[in-house]
Amino acid sequence: MTSKKIRVLVAKPGLDGHDRGARVVARALRDAGMEVIYTGLHQTPEQVAETALQEDVDVVGLSILSGTHMTLVPKIKRLLVDNSMKDVLLVVGGIIPEEDAMVLINEGYADQVFTPGDALEKICSYITGHFT
Amino acid sequence: MKQLVEELLKGNRRAAARLITLVENEDRQKTELLQAIYPHTGNAYVVGITGAPGAGKSSLVDQLLQEIRAEGLSVGIIAVDPTSPFSGGAILGDRIRMQDHALDQEVFIRSMGTRGSLGGLSRSTREAIQVLDAFGKDLILVETVGVGQSEVDIVRTADTTIVLLTPASGDSVQTLKAGIMEIADLFVINKADLPGTERTVAEINMMLDMKNSASWRPAVIPTVSIRGEGIEELWTALKEHRLYLETSGQLAEVRLQRVRRELTEQVEYLVKNRVWAEVKDKFVLEELIEKIARREKDPYSSACELLDSINFFESKS
Repeated sequence: MTSKKIRVLVAKPGLDGHDRGARVVARALRDAGMEVIYTGLHQTPEQVAETALQEDVDVVGLSILSGTHMTLVPKIKRLLVDNSMKDVLLVVGGIIPEEDAMVLINEGYADQVFTPGDALEKICSYITGHFT
Repeated sequence: MKQLVEELLKGNRRAAARLITLVENEDRQKTELLQAIYPHTGNAYVVGITGAPGAGKSSLVDQLLQEIRAEGLSVGIIAVDPTSPFSGGAILGDRIRMQDHALDQEVFIRSMGTRGSLGGLSRSTREAIQVLDAFGKDLILVETVGVGQSEVDIVRTADTTIVLLTPASGDSVQTLKAGIMEIADLFVINKADLPGTERTVAEINMMLDMKNSASWRPAVIPTVSIRGEGIEELWTALKEHRLYLETSGQLAEVRLQRVRRELTEQVEYLVKNRVWAEVKDKFVLEELIEKIARREKDPYSSACELLDSINFFESKS
């Protein structure tokens, strides 16, 4: 009787107006059977965290192409923790240098980082794998 | 679970979000949860907003929020988008238009996928309304999926139903058709800066005036939601309709009918679950299905046999 679906928030934090990537990923997650809530552009970290709370998502996916990931990702992670959502899977996608990605993951701000060239299947199976 | 309900009643937003998830996922505790919540419901006024895809429902909700919040009312919003019949996934994008209100503590927005329901709402919209009602929201706005002509579940769920149209959406015969054109308490013609608006407004008015027996005559309100035009008029009309329902005694009547339907549906739901649980226990359905397919049996008498085997007074599931 129970029918759980993976709910994913796809968010574009900060002053970055490019969301083709976020849309392509959102579409792929949809086709993998997930419910994808898309925030639209120019979200503040507070908006992202509050949306994650109201929508009770299992995953937050941040798309950042503006180079501000080292500021935005830790801030959003902290706000999620403040909202008692520390267990939410936090995934980042965008133009993220490898050394930054390592810091984000090792410091516990992000669970995974995807960059250009990563296959959509890889992103989908990473998420579904986490919930099986 | 008890704690979650207590937190909800205290106004904890995380608890409200968690509870909606539990009812939406048909959690085993769902019935118990709804039982605990029910005594605290019945205070919110429910407004439904329906219309074709892209007509401007989400933008209109966003604009209405300004008016509602200016009067200090708290608001819950349920925004429904379609679930894929193929993958079961969904893109829930209604909140994009509403994100200006994301940090307002008195506004709670929840997106839902239809999850197989075809009437314009999601399978669990009604339960989610109850959660937001118990949560203490004064007003609950329900935005349906983009609809065609006949997805009219909203009229059985909302106290006031707003039907949103855009100019040039067909000739005057379209206004006479049954279904969505019949359920409006208020008509909104959005994108009223486009050519054809006057004709659309006139045609709707003509259709409405063909019937003169009803005591409530829906208003037809042109709006341009991206510029905030007509929103104040809409809010005023909405309050007028509420006042009409309350003073004429119709609100009580409508809500009584709703409770009657909810009880019926709940009984049917329980019977269905109970029957299938027992049938699956006692029969090997696949064998029976194959026999029917081979024409050795027929589905009509087989169904009767299945039902006859059930003892409704035994075992509580």
